[in-house]
Amino acid sequence: MSTETKKVKTVKWGEEPKLGWKEAMYLPAIASGLMTALKHAFSGKTTTRQYPDVEPVIPANYRGVHRLNRDEAGRVKCVACYMCQTACPANCIEIIAAPAPKDDPHWKDRDKFPETFTIDELRCIYCGMCEEACPVDAIELTSVYDLTGMSRQEMIFDKEKLLSVFDETVNSGRDPIRTNRGALGPASEEASTAKQGPPPPGRGRHG
Amino acid sequence: MYDFLQQIWPTLWPTLAAIGVILAFVPVLGLYMTFIERKLAAYVQDRLGPNRVGPFGLFQAIADAIKLFLKEQVIPDHVFKLLYFIAPTLSLMTAMFALVVMPFGPVPTDYTSGFRYIVAPGIDIGIMMMIAISSLSAYGIILGGWASNNKYSLYGAIRSCAQFISYEIPLGLSIIGIVVAAGSLNIEQIVAAQSGDFWNWNIFWQPLALIVFFTSALAETNRLPFDLPECEQELVGGFHTEYGGIKFVLFFLAEYTHVVTVSFLTALLFFGGWHFPGLSGPVDAGLGGMLLRTFVLVAKVSMVVAFIMLLRWALPRFRFDQLMGLAWKGLIPLGLVNLVCVAVVFTFDLPKHLLSFTAVFLFVASLISARNLQSTINMPRSAGRPKAGSILSEVTV
Ligand code: SF4
Ligand code: SF4
Repeated sequence: MSTETKKVKTVKWGEEPKLGWKEAMYLPAIASGLMTALKHAFSGKTTTRQYPDVEPVIPANYRGVHRLNRDEAGRVKCVACYMCQTACPANCIEIIAAPAPKDDPHWKDRDKFPETFTIDELRCIYCGMCEEACPVDAIELTSVYDLTGMSRQEMIFDKEKLLSVFDETVNSGRDPIRTNRGALGPASEEASTAKQGPPPPGRGRHG
Repeated sequence: MYDFLQQIWPTLWPTLAAIGVILAFVPVLGLYMTFIERKLAAYVQDRLGPNRVGPFGLFQAIADAIKLFLKEQVIPDHVFKLLYFIAPTLSLMTAMFALVVMPFGPVPTDYTSGFRYIVAPGIDIGIMMMIAISSLSAYGIILGGWASNNKYSLYGAIRSCAQFISYEIPLGLSIIGIVVAAGSLNIEQIVAAQSGDFWNWNIFWQPLALIVFFTSALAETNRLPFDLPECEQELVGGFHTEYGGIKFVLFFLAEYTHVVTVSFLTALLFFGGWHFPGLSGPVDAGLGGMLLRTFVLVAKVSMVVAFIMLLRWALPRFRFDQLMGLAWKGLIPLGLVNLVCVAVVFTFDLPKHLLSFTAVFLFVASLISARNLQSTINMPRSAGRPKAGSILSEVTV
């Protein structure tokens, strides 16, 4: 690094530009100012976004409200590994794991599932760490940006709420690009056995 | 009593009607001018402007009015209560009072027949009275600034005081030229002198007077680029910092009334008032003719208003020394020389279109002298500042 030649830039005091005849006369400058104003007034262009009437197109990598993905059987995909809860810098995820009901044929291939899964959406800083941490891509941040509520209690999302966000957004055609639409991550056994082609290039961390 | 009333009724009712029209129109006009101004500002800045209340946002003005009137009336503890309340009323009162001698439509020449479009017709000191009263409006601002007991407000008030005093002079000078030409201070007669051909309009043979008049009149309205008494960036809100709700509305309305007055005066003194070439004779008769003439005047006035609003978004605000320099070194000499030219032309009965040429000549002359003005526009470097071109620092990149 020291071998590179250093460039020395001299900073000098500047001289304010002298006003020419035009500016000193005011009128020509005023006329040109008026022309600019008029040009914009009649250009018919606008930069205003008519927000509630016309919804903006949010970039697909936007980190908005969470959702909990479902697998093909419609079960919650989360395996209650606590990875997201551990990774979360805002401490806003709370999971209580329970052993999967083995006698239920519906759950026979699973060991654990989250009995409760709550995210405090007010505390969350929408950093996306949970999504990064999840080994089975069960938790995702959608591009839903207009999250509101009437009380703090309402903004603490439980498992049902998070699953319903999935149901609402899964067919919107606007899945987050960071994960593969609920496709299981490399850590899950299912992923290694499933006949799954390589994920499309350039899509998130699997790409 | 009844007899007396009956006797004065023919002269009383048109006056009352004219007062009614002014009292009814000015607040509504003020409200809608804020709306139009916001819309225009939005278009100039590539925005849409208010468009939520009613079609095209047309009811926005009414919503604003309701909001302002229902606002809590905050009276700060530290103000001088009496003057604090008098100031806005005085402001609006003087602004409205100036409208007494202002024709807002074709004033009948005999002053007697029916509606007269002016509260006090045939006042021979018309324009003089208008200037005198509108300069009183400085009192509203100064009292408001002083009663607020707040440094920013006081600064705004002092600035406006200096500004009013300076710009009264070129305003008067430019009008005297017109008055000399028309031979009367009566606004109706000044307008009558401009009837007929286009070339009778004062703008064509006293363009310099128009520039001087319009600039100083704009300064009197306290609007950008001359809004130093209330500039938000420097003085919070200037003289009306401590005012809110209805009291603020009065100040605001006074400002817009001034804009209306200035626009009317410009149209009346320089653009032929309600006259338009070809609009006389048969078209001019009866109610239709009256409406047509009113329309001509209102159209001219609206153009001037639109121009004033557009200027706001085209020009930056003056620095205070530039403001004073413009009045004392630019407008007053120009106004004086213009007045001398008008006087010479009329004393020696020279053709009055000679004045158009002298205006152009004066303009070129001022262009040349503008080079000397530069020294006042560019601030002199203070002694402690390094010379231009000297090295400030050396940075390694
Ligand atoms: S986005 Fe960040 S803060 Fe929010 S839940 Fe996930 S890890 Fe926690
Ligand atoms: S990291 Fe994924 S699988 Fe593990 S608890 Fe969180 S959501 Fe469930």
